[in-house]
Amino acid sequence: MRRPVSASCALLQVRDLVTEFAGREGRLRAVDRVSFSLERGEILGLVGESGSGKSVTGFSIMGLVDAPGRIAGGSVKFDGVELVGMADGELRRLRGKRIAMIFQDPMMTLNPVLSIETQMLETVLAHDAVPRQEARRRAIEALGLVGIASPAERLAQYPHQFSGGMRQRVAIAIALLHRPDLIIADEPTTALDVTVQGQILYEMQRLVRESGAALVWITHDLAVVAGLADRVAVMYAGRIVEQGSTAEVLDAALHPYARGLLDSVPAANAAGGRLRQIPGMTPSLAHLPAGCAFRDRCAYADDACAAVPGITLRGSRQVRCHHPLFEAVS
Amino acid sequence: MTKPMLEFRDVTKRFEKPLDAIERIAGRLGAAVAGHTVHAVDRVSFTVHQGEVVGLVGESGCGKSTLGRLACGLHAPTEGGVFYQDIAVNGTPVRSVQMIFQDPHSSLNPRMRVEDIVGEAPRVHRLVPAAEVPDYVAQLLRRVGLDPSYRRRYPHQFSGGQRARIGIARALAVKPDFLVCDEAVAALDVSIQAQVLNLFMDLRESLGLTYLFISHDLGVVSHLSNRVVVMYLGRVVESAPTAELFAKPNHPYTQALLAEVPRLDRKNRSFAPIKGEIPSPLAPPPGCHFHPRCPHAMPRCAQEAPVLRQVAPGRVSACHLDA
Repeated sequence: MRRPVSASCALLQVRDLVTEFAGREGRLRAVDRVSFSLERGEILGLVGESGSGKSVTGFSIMGLVDAPGRIAGGSVKFDGVELVGMADGELRRLRGKRIAMIFQDPMMTLNPVLSIETQMLETVLAHDAVPRQEARRRAIEALGLVGIASPAERLAQYPHQFSGGMRQRVAIAIALLHRPDLIIADEPTTALDVTVQGQILYEMQRLVRESGAALVWITHDLAVVAGLADRVAVMYAGRIVEQGSTAEVLDAALHPYARGLLDSVPAANAAGGRLRQIPGMTPSLAHLPAGCAFRDRCAYADDACAAVPGITLRGSRQVRCHHPLFEAVS
Repeated sequence: MTKPMLEFRDVTKRFEKPLDAIERIAGRLGAAVAGHTVHAVDRVSFTVHQGEVVGLVGESGCGKSTLGRLACGLHAPTEGGVFYQDIAVNGTPVRSVQMIFQDPHSSLNPRMRVEDIVGEAPRVHRLVPAAEVPDYVAQLLRRVGLDPSYRRRYPHQFSGGQRARIGIARALAVKPDFLVCDEAVAALDVSIQAQVLNLFMDLRESLGLTYLFISHDLGVVSHLSNRVVVMYLGRVVESAPTAELFAKPNHPYTQALLAEVPRLDRKNRSFAPIKGEIPSPLAPPPGCHFHPRCPHAMPRCAQEAPVLRQVAPGRVSACHLDA
């Protein structure tokens, strides 16, 4: 759209992405000028509360936004190739092959009436013309990689014979079949128990380190991101309000919303005392205040906030706020 | 010590699925057919004292929700007894013990207005004269932080956090002394969760409530409760004052659980998880239920179920290592 691509080393470059949904209340901007980039081997945590647009951002990158939604602007460059406006057939050759997605509910990936073998072979054969024996070997290997015991026997089973955590492992194995360059994971551990979540985080971290794939981890849970991601982007009402390295953002968030979110986690407060809370509630996209979407709930808001804040840069950090909390950084 | 409010005495709850027609025929023909029995709660004993907040933690299938329902009298125990101020609750709901449910979508009737959701129980129980019910409802809504002018609305017109508040107002409407909160904040966003937790703490102070707070979220439990009870596959494995439990967990399962909790101050950690998954409560492992996953398991653990022993004043733990 804008400047020609130079020899950039970023694997994924999202610039000014806008995704809109047409509804009775007019066109709603679920994703509003979102920009970020991702290198190979990097893990980005995309954090936000419900309705912040984090999942739609993931779907938009994958080209999975269906009517009444549409990508209304911006660009998504994957390895130098523009994905926005790409023909369906071409996109399909990338999806599942070089870009894979893992969903919150593994049953969104798995078909309940087909055996795991059928589903995994289908995925291999969709992109690679290899003999069935070879495809089977690769399926068994992938199941072993995600920590499923006796993968050859498990392959013949159906999804209902697996526990929730095991199903999610199968979904991850399917995503890994073609050794993708980019994995988009949409809350894959939210529905799992703590000990099982720990195991899956461990496997994902190991697999990404070994394969050099880039990972976008979409979640509402700041604590998960703290242990996993290299960089964090915080979304609010469709916009990325802050991004930077995990340590910088979590230790001293610059945006009042990100700061408020971190402060309201029980662990950040003295036990038994009152929790610091963000007043008000997450606004509906149909009734966003003009200017900064957070200003109704923000303690620092003033007249300047009636205009949409631009992005302020500080080192590698970006914050979209008129009154970033620089002074609080010691 | 204050007086006991709610007491579980050796409570066991089993759910049995009767044999279906084919299984009965197979059984009559001589096949070895056994019924399906889930041991949801297995000989649990503990007491909640007046004014206390007891956190009940555990992973899915550990029986924590069943225990909550037993406390409210929504289930009757198979064996043992549940007592509220020395009165047996066993399956008969007590008005003073109210429950707050996890999902504010499915626990509010979508076809009832808020004033009826909140006002129905006090009207039925004749807690307030019929003419004063609207005022009473308005007062309850204000108490939980909702604008009384919303009382003619339906549940779908509210956000998740507001619906959680409606559920709380409904429970408060019958003037309970004891609230069982079953994952009451699990479905809420972090910023809204903080608001609702603050509300719980305010209500405790102003109304003198006692809570049994059931949650899988250790962060929430450590913030709110005075004492924590940890369950695994239907059994209590450890119970201790909150600060002591989090400072020095005694049972290997509690240790594993605390190690797995993602925390803000643990950055770029290398995850080194405990092995295996929670076994099915249909066929729990013999002996100590945790032994197949336990790093310290010894032969005895597979044969003999450990009993709860006092490991320090006010702390009990069920592990052979303590013997």
